[in-house]
Amino acid sequence: MSAAGRLDDAPILVIEPGRRFAAVRLTELWQHRELLYFLIWRDVKVRYKQTILGAAWAILQPLATAMVFTIFFGRLAGIPSDGIPYPLFAYAGLLVWTFFAQGLAQSSASVVGSANLITKVYFPRLVIPLSAVLSGLLDLAVATPLLVVMMAHYRVWPGTAVLAAPFVLLLALLAVTGVGLWLSALNVEYRDVRFVVPFLVQLWLFVTPVIYPASVVTPRLARLGVPSWVLGLNPMAGVVEGFRWATLGRGAAPVSVIAASAVVAIALCVSGALYFRSVERSFADVV
Amino acid sequence: MTAPAIRAIGLSKRFRIGERVRYKSLRESIQNAVTAPFRRGRRSEETIWALRDVSFEVTPGEVVGVIGRNGAGKSTLLKVLSRITEPTEGRVELRGRVGSLLEVGTGFHLELTGRENIYLNGAILGMKRTEIARRFDEIVAFAEVERFVDTPVKHYSTGMYLRLAFAVAAHLEPEILLIDEVLAVGDASFQKKCLGRMGEAARGGRAVLFVSHDLGAVEHLCSRAVLLEQGKVALEGAAPGVVNGYLEGLRRTSPESGRGRWTLDGCERPAGMKPVLRGVTIWDDTGAPTATVRTGAKVVFTIDYDNKGNTLVNPHFALRVEASNGQPLIFFRTRIQGPVGPSPLPPSGTVTCTVDRLPLAPGNYALTVGLTEREAQLDLVEGRMRFSVAYGDFFGTGQLPDPAWGPVLVNCTWRLPGLEPMIVSAHVDRQAGPGKGRQDGA
Repeated sequence: MSAAGRLDDAPILVIEPGRRFAAVRLTELWQHRELLYFLIWRDVKVRYKQTILGAAWAILQPLATAMVFTIFFGRLAGIPSDGIPYPLFAYAGLLVWTFFAQGLAQSSASVVGSANLITKVYFPRLVIPLSAVLSGLLDLAVATPLLVVMMAHYRVWPGTAVLAAPFVLLLALLAVTGVGLWLSALNVEYRDVRFVVPFLVQLWLFVTPVIYPASVVTPRLARLGVPSWVLGLNPMAGVVEGFRWATLGRGAAPVSVIAASAVVAIALCVSGALYFRSVERSFADVV
Repeated sequence: MTAPAIRAIGLSKRFRIGERVRYKSLRESIQNAVTAPFRRGRRSEETIWALRDVSFEVTPGEVVGVIGRNGAGKSTLLKVLSRITEPTEGRVELRGRVGSLLEVGTGFHLELTGRENIYLNGAILGMKRTEIARRFDEIVAFAEVERFVDTPVKHYSTGMYLRLAFAVAAHLEPEILLIDEVLAVGDASFQKKCLGRMGEAARGGRAVLFVSHDLGAVEHLCSRAVLLEQGKVALEGAAPGVVNGYLEGLRRTSPESGRGRWTLDGCERPAGMKPVLRGVTIWDDTGAPTATVRTGAKVVFTIDYDNKGNTLVNPHFALRVEASNGQPLIFFRTRIQGPVGPSPLPPSGTVTCTVDRLPLAPGNYALTVGLTEREAQLDLVEGRMRFSVAYGDFFGTGQLPDPAWGPVLVNCTWRLPGLEPMIVSAHVDRQAGPGKGRQDGA
């Protein structure tokens, strides 16, 4: 083999001190798609190793939470659920919420947890939080059939709105990616993030219409003269409301909330990626 | 003339002291932001230059070694070249795909099988999936783990694990290879295989940059070497010259400098000893006093004595080399080794003990010196003189002894069935030419 022959026309890679502002470099990310694939695959393979229940955990977590919510919030507190049986209402919300919460936990810890890679090999660092978020899609896929079973049990059929479900899930993906990028990069320099995340997820759950429907809040907002889309500034509000509307097929499309959420989620994603890129040069020195 | 594969120009890297060990908490950061305007200018004092104005080139087909003490900037240089960390100043031009091996088995996961780890590790090192699939059997064969490919690597022995890890790395085919000490892996036969692989890479027209503490390996593998001192290029040129320059520098500037000579006048002695021994000096093969000598090199010990005007009747001098834990290893004594010499000896003088090829593995040692007169102990100074032994090619084969195999090295002759006796002797090999080890390894 003659490497020398190849060398003369090989591209020259120049390493120089970086500028303050770093572009996201999507082409480089694309060139490393196989690495992304292998990291997702590793996360998926390893996640349930040495557990007795294995992938059943992906169903058990939202299911158990939905049962507790049904007993305490549905039965005892009598929280309304837009005319949908409360267990189904809660499970549908928790399905996407769990994806978000897990994705946040995994991605925020991902960069620090990959210190051994970061200090030894070069690759676009964005691959790390992205793989952490994307590997959560499998759990979502595992837990979804139970939703279908529950819908059949309660005889709730989706309408044509179900076609919007993939877009709502994409919105969920954008939201968790955006927040995950910010937290994973911040976590490298400020280990406070480790303590903030569980707390943040807990609070976030209460301000998101998972336990209660948005219809409980909107009339009160309206009385204060606040339009309902303001709810969508929490990107997960758009995701949860949108997902229930798409799958459980009740009521009108919460278009304004979803639109507001989409804008916020995209803004988080773009700013998160730019922030991540601008601090990633120091990762290997700090991590 | 071929264009250089690696060209570094004025490369500098500055670290804030403490940056690598401490991370901030949010509170501190806010505090800093508030107080920062009041203590400008102090910041610059808190930085160090891990690399300062480093320039060099590596052409395709060349193996260049980078040596230097801990903290000289070797690892930082590799990290900058592999794009793990950014330079503060300067520029690097790399022509071709870069494969950096800062460790073997990066990203290996214990729960995954050998097969799965090959794919994962390959992807992390920058190989395409199709490329890994094509070379898969080769990698497995190289690592000698055929029967265990589908066993999780947590059940592997250390040797198997390291062999597999190196095998993946060895099948990387970049035009530029950056290597950090990975050869210090596995048993002797596997090391030889790895060295061979590096030679092959260079002959295949790749540019190899090899960072190591292992001076013998650098001397045998590399055509050129770069010596880093406090982040700067102190010496650059043919490998043996740079290695010698490094050892020279160690003598000059190491904290033991000025040692290598010990005055024993005021030193503590066991009860009843007479302070007759006045000093001990260790000399290297160039005739300079030193506390750092090389395995396999000539070493001279001299002992100065002064018996306050009285001649020494039937005296015997002794030197004992001890491991750093005090375990005696070698004993040099005039009585058992002779010549006894004229007796009595003059009241004062210098005794010389020459060791042609120091049979000590790299490490730290201590020296005890003693004197007897008329079979009675006259003076004794125990374990005072600490010296260290650096890597050297004792057997003249290019294979460096691992200190873990034992502290003492001895030449011997092996006779294997159906083969000529294999005499392991530095003298024989030296005459065959200094490059012999390299040809062997390649």
